[in-house]
Amino acid sequence: MLTGRKSRSSFNMGKVSIEELQKKANEIRKDIIKMLLEAGSGHSAGPLGMADIFTALYFAILNHDPKKPDWPQRDRLILSNGHIAPVLYATMAHAGYFPISKLKTLRKLGSGLQGHPERTKLPGVETTSGPLGSGLAQAAGYAYAARMDGARFRVFCLTSDAEHQEGNHWEAVAFAGKYNLSNLTAIVDRNNIQISGHTEDIMPLEPLADKYKAFSWHVLDVDGHNMQEIVDAVNHARAVYENPTVIIAHTIPGKGVGFMEYDFKWHGAAPGATDIPGEPPKKEQAKIALAQLRTLGGKIKSEHE
Amino acid sequence: MINKSSKLNSKIFEKDIEMVANRQGYGEGLVMAGEKDEKVVVLSADLKESTRSILFEERFPDRYIEAGVAEQALATIAAGMANYGKIPFISSYAAFSPGRNWEQIRTTIALNDVPVKIAGAHAGLTVGPDGATHQMLEDISIMRAMPNMIVLAPCDSIEAKKATVEAAKNGKPTYIRFAREKTPVFTTQDSPFKIGRAETFWESKDPQVAIIACGPLVYEALLAAKDLEKNGIDSLVINCHTVKPLDEQAIIRAARTTGAVVTVEENQITGGLGGAVSELLAKNFPAPMEFIGMPDCFGESGAPDELLEKYGMKSKDIIGAAKRVIARKEI
Repeated sequence: MLTGRKSRSSFNMGKVSIEELQKKANEIRKDIIKMLLEAGSGHSAGPLGMADIFTALYFAILNHDPKKPDWPQRDRLILSNGHIAPVLYATMAHAGYFPISKLKTLRKLGSGLQGHPERTKLPGVETTSGPLGSGLAQAAGYAYAARMDGARFRVFCLTSDAEHQEGNHWEAVAFAGKYNLSNLTAIVDRNNIQISGHTEDIMPLEPLADKYKAFSWHVLDVDGHNMQEIVDAVNHARAVYENPTVIIAHTIPGKGVGFMEYDFKWHGAAPGATDIPGEPPKKEQAKIALAQLRTLGGKIKSEHE
Repeated sequence: MINKSSKLNSKIFEKDIEMVANRQGYGEGLVMAGEKDEKVVVLSADLKESTRSILFEERFPDRYIEAGVAEQALATIAAGMANYGKIPFISSYAAFSPGRNWEQIRTTIALNDVPVKIAGAHAGLTVGPDGATHQMLEDISIMRAMPNMIVLAPCDSIEAKKATVEAAKNGKPTYIRFAREKTPVFTTQDSPFKIGRAETFWESKDPQVAIIACGPLVYEALLAAKDLEKNGIDSLVINCHTVKPLDEQAIIRAARTTGAVVTVEENQITGGLGGAVSELLAKNFPAPMEFIGMPDCFGESGAPDELLEKYGMKSKDIIGAAKRVIARKEI
């Protein structure tokens, strides 16, 4: 059975095969649809698009212990774009931080699963986020402070692409570059959409890689749905001593659910909440999504058999 | 008369009283806090000299971090450092921090509940010639409105040092405001200071009005009290250095004793110390009040004293307000 990683010594993908990671990511996608349906609001596209990366992090990359969320040596995962909280919560539940049954409390009164993640509300959530552009600076401060004390853990910051329109983010890029924070790895969800359209139409981000390079970052590009590439890129970043590393992960928003893929209308919408022109009727949305994800499960199996 | 237990400077009303900017107390307090706890780190947004955080840098260069002219990063980097376990002080001008980075402070420090200390230098009207852009007069209001946040406005350099040292130990998000100008050093090392406890600095026999002040204007309030006493009007002067959490008992007691209140601050009247006191008293002991502070307008360039004069924050203005509020009491 797949569980969260316990120690760095076994870091080499060990017992966790690529196929198992893909299966796990698909289970997480199904839970994302279910929890959003239950919540009646929330973001769909980003969480589905990031399911593979979150699965790789929690099941093959992070040095962490879900039973001891405050373990001082754990790697830190700072989620900057807090609106993709459903994928964080679903992955944490599957990793063993809390029971999967708790996922249906998303966005409900009294739940630790706040609409946007809060550090003080759910053990294992490293920081509070939602307002965009502030995560990388927190991760950089964390990494700087850890380095002052010679701490060995690594800090990962997950960001959206559109939050690169925020000034606060670039202030952090400059800071981390200046201080050579090589214990910091940023992973950008380059899915090209934001709430009201495509990033390059709203406010262009390209040439994104060149911008990071200009700030003395080490830049890697990966297919954000290829488990092997994700794990390899993170390992590559560990070996870069001089600079912080950014992994630009090209992802498909809404990945796994045909009618949501590449469609910015699903950035900020939840299945089953509203009728959207050109989309399946609201009553059918979750049903279709879950059916497609189940089929995808079959596809993965057949590809690897 | 001066409350003996407040242990104020014996030269308090003499012409040659020592003048020091209370931001100097911040710099000295940082060094002391840094000596006591190695978790203390200091960040600045290119203003280490004028915020006096340079004193900490000189003593602990490895624990001083330059963030550049980037106040949003200043707050969020510090949030990450505090989340890890450090006790960061972030130093800039109040107009920029918490002025520009208020949302970052709200989300990543206050809601996150991590112990970052926000030091807002050059707060108030007395920044003078720099003009309205730099005269931060809303900081008390905006920081007081934020849950989890402690708000301090020390009255002189000695109290500023104590506030800085105490803030390092309180484990909470904390805002401290400092002024640019040299102002009288009228407290002493022995003057009591505890976050959350207002101190009565002046207490005449039969006080008819309570003057509740914060920051360097506490001195103007004491000058007013002295003059009022000479003219047969007894008063209380309370140094309310902690605007949040307010010392509710002390303020309600003062209102009960006097039946009339004047608040004094170098901040907008809207939402500042005056707002805090009136919210408390409206609920617990309604009493007539007058407000010394910025009357919902921006400042302008000028000499600090000229500006205090123009916007009605001198001792004579406090005296006028005291007389007005006493008159209203008798209606």
